Amino acid sequence: MTQQGVRWTAEQVLALAPDATSRKAGSKLGAAGPWSEAGTSDEGTVWGLCRGSGSKPYQTVIDVADSTGPAYKCSCPSRKFPCKHALGLLLLWAGGDAAVPPGQAPDWAEQWLAGRRSRAAERTTRTDAASGATSADPEAARRRAERRADRITAGATELEQRLTDLLRGGLAAAEQAGYGLWEETAARMVDAQAPGLAARVRELGAIPGSGPGWPVRLLEECALLHLLDRGWLRREQLPDGLAATVRSRVGLPGSPDGPPVRDRWLALAQYDTSDSRLTTRRIWLHGAESGRTALLLSYGAAGRAPELSLPVGLAFEAEVSAYPGAGQLRAALGERFTAPEPTALRPPGLTSAEAAARYGEALRDDPWLDAYPVTLARVLPIPDGDSWQLADADSDLALPITPAARSRPGLWRLVALSGGTPVTVFGECGHRGFTPLTAWAEGTEETSVAAGQAAALC
Amino acid sequence: MTSTSEASTGSSWEELVTTALLGTDRRTPPGSVPGRDAPVALLDAAAVETVRRRAGIRPVRAAARPEPVAPDRRPPLPPAATRRLATMLADRPGTGGGRRGAAPDLMELLPQWLALANAYGYAAPPQALPALLDAARGRTDLRPAALTFAGTRALWLARLNTDWRFALRAVPGGGAALPGPDEPERVQRLWQEGLFAERVALLTAIRARDAASARELLASTWPTERAEDRLMFLDTLRTGLGARDEPFLETALADRSRNVRATAAELLSALPDSALAGRMAKRATTCVAVDHTAGAPTLVVEAPHECDPGMERDGVLPKAPSGRGERSWWLGQLVEAAPLGAWSRRFGGRTPEEIVALPVADDWRGELHGAWCRAAVRQRNPGWSRALLGAPSTPEAGGPGAVSLAERAKLLAMLEDGERAGWVAGFIATHGLSEAFQLLGVCAVPWAPPLGRAVVDALNIARDAGSYPWSFSGVMGLAERCLDPVEVVRLEPLTATPEDAEDSAPGAGGYWAEAFQRLTTTLRLRATMQGELAPPP
Repeated sequence: MTQQGVRWTAEQVLALAPDATSRKAGSKLGAAGPWSEAGTSDEGTVWGLCRGSGSKPYQTVIDVADSTGPAYKCSCPSRKFPCKHALGLLLLWAGGDAAVPPGQAPDWAEQWLAGRRSRAAERTTRTDAASGATSADPEAARRRAERRADRITAGATELEQRLTDLLRGGLAAAEQAGYGLWEETAARMVDAQAPGLAARVRELGAIPGSGPGWPVRLLEECALLHLLDRGWLRREQLPDGLAATVRSRVGLPGSPDGPPVRDRWLALAQYDTSDSRLTTRRIWLHGAESGRTALLLSYGAAGRAPELSLPVGLAFEAEVSAYPGAGQLRAALGERFTAPEPTALRPPGLTSAEAAARYGEALRDDPWLDAYPVTLARVLPIPDGDSWQLADADSDLALPITPAARSRPGLWRLVALSGGTPVTVFGECGHRGFTPLTAWAEGTEETSVAAGQAAALC
Repeated sequence: MTSTSEASTGSSWEELVTTALLGTDRRTPPGSVPGRDAPVALLDAAAVETVRRRAGIRPVRAAARPEPVAPDRRPPLPPAATRRLATMLADRPGTGGGRRGAAPDLMELLPQWLALANAYGYAAPPQALPALLDAARGRTDLRPAALTFAGTRALWLARLNTDWRFALRAVPGGGAALPGPDEPERVQRLWQEGLFAERVALLTAIRARDAASARELLASTWPTERAEDRLMFLDTLRTGLGARDEPFLETALADRSRNVRATAAELLSALPDSALAGRMAKRATTCVAVDHTAGAPTLVVEAPHECDPGMERDGVLPKAPSGRGERSWWLGQLVEAAPLGAWSRRFGGRTPEEIVALPVADDWRGELHGAWCRAAVRQRNPGWSRALLGAPSTPEAGGPGAVSLAERAKLLAMLEDGERAGWVAGFIATHGLSEAFQLLGVCAVPWAPPLGRAVVDALNIARDAGSYPWSFSGVMGLAERCLDPVEVVRLEPLTATPEDAEDSAPGAGGYWAEAFQRLTTTLRLRATMQGELAPPP
């Protein structure tokens, strides 16, 4: 594993921050002043001493190239993770050789690393043993799975009843019924251990207040929920792939069972969505050899950043394994063989018509899919009344930008990057339009834009 | 997006939606039997239609494309500086607050960073423009440098986002390119029909390039302009003010508006050879004389007894503010408007220093010196400024003497950078830091070595005296931005936490150490930033 010359950008480092306060505090510490004896090793370790208010400086060490994401250790009392010192040190490291020169890790950093490595080795052995243990009692596992399936079946049946009642009385009545009805139904689905159904039901509740055209959207979502119920109730008759998709949409936990695919993966985009309980991080990857697009999900409890973080625009060699389900892009990150490093690798680009068609095809395997990841080549953002489009530079066709993406600052970074000239944009294309996530300037000699620098838009 | 199948299946989808809205109890879904199974049939049909509509989605027709932005020919920012900019812009104020600790305030360094980036002539990275415009929107002091750096692409963006409209207003002619000297018709049309702001921008631009034609343009419509517009237009003459403006200004002395008259008089008095300056010199010099009857030559003052119409026409305001005597009020205005050269002639060829040193009878000294100070600033006269400032080490320089600190700061601004820094260094060495803040503000950045050393020494003395560093937070903040980064070696010993002395404030030593740590950290950071911005060899 070599780390030489590979340093992250400040944006990539700041993406690790658990909250805005840490970002700010970390960026203040990203200056040479309080740091001493800072250094980095070829193995991807960064260390340094940070002078705080006390007499003894804090010892901070980060393992950037760990196979499960960066790992941090700091002697400060902060409960933030990573703490501001770790962020500051990474920013300093991102700044270049002058402040954090290559060298030999000091003893205190080396001890922690050695401890981590031996624990990691232990864990691997233990996991192997544990998987052996689970398979030791397949009968108990089967009974547990059956009980849960029965509860979901009861839930799906009840939900079907509620949907037919709703359609019998008419959607117009649903507007008056308000949110409480849906909240209660969602709670019933949680009881039925079908979190996928619960989430969809909760979203139904928001539609009647969502402005013009809500009856169409409500009917669509009710119909797709009905389709999912039906799929679950008749899952035995479905082809294996679709049955697996239904199981995962209902909310049954799956485990990655695809064969590990070793490839050079480009981190296309990384963004978080959160509710009061959970932060969900989505990371899109593109495989150089396989051409595959993969989605990594990582979760963090409220107030904590999800552990996995990959610098957008950089590529690394690793294995990923797919989750079950036809057309499912979700995968799990396995072993990583190299640290992320700059790359000229780009996913092949499509026209807007091809992108829309790609979404349509993906619906064949997963009719509940809201959007599909695509890269658009040679498009430019253009204002369209109160909204925006991404238009092909070489045709008169365009994809509307989704309402949610229109209100984000990332849209303006995209517009600024384009300046009325074509750019390459990765994003999600669906029935509500296109959500841009990452852009690359075309970069000609006459513009000052450094060709190929990925600009994160999310 | 539009759906392919809209045409063929639109009607059946419409019917499904209508049925769903009304409910199957009231309406039977198309192609199904009424009764208990009707809702299921409706949901089945709607599911098929939904997936079909989504699968058939097609792009829409593209709207009108914006004009592409003109290419920025400036060299791109070096990568390290690009990262630095992103970090600085991410450090938005308003969050947190409280004690600053030992970490530098990045946002405070942004103006300096921008100035340096502009000096090198770099182009701003496009993806940083939205954050840069947002920062400039919140802080008007940042705008000129930020907009220069942001370049034409920022103006292109500002036309698309109303939040950034300020950028179009801030740049003269940012909304529409101003006509050039080769387009007399467009100049005339804009001058005749333009909005007030456009006309000011036009006049300012023409004045900067050709003083005479700007004056002619202004004269062509002068009598028809409104009084407040005349005042603003007259102000543009400050740029490149010269003898050729005198006739126009003389006519403005007879203006209907008193403010216009006063401004015209002020501009004329800044022209030492103007007729007005001559008249003022005559009036002022008759009021002040050297009395040789006492032991040493002494200045005696006989203030005017009336403000005659001639004086009033030349811009003297007859009514004194409350609390001021009328005669001294008139005298002050006469002396302020009289060319300073007249005094040497009046007092037998004495130099400004000799004149300032003359004793003044009957408590007129403050009035007279104050008026000379204003005259020195108005006429941008370094000789008189130097004389009125005196030696920085005189006891009077620190206290409330004839010349206030604010006036000193203005006088200092008339001197060369080096002389200015030397004077302030001398002042600080004698009088300490408590009065120095205003004076430091007019010194060139980075501070010249003697000035920087004087500030650091004074801070060190303040620390030894046992006070808290926040009594000097203003000077500290200035030092973070203005001290030359090479001084960091001299500061290093001051960053250690000393033992609290018996008579010092509790914990002060630790706070001082922290303040000096922040100072050194910031200086190092500034040095790093400068290094990052330096073009590759």
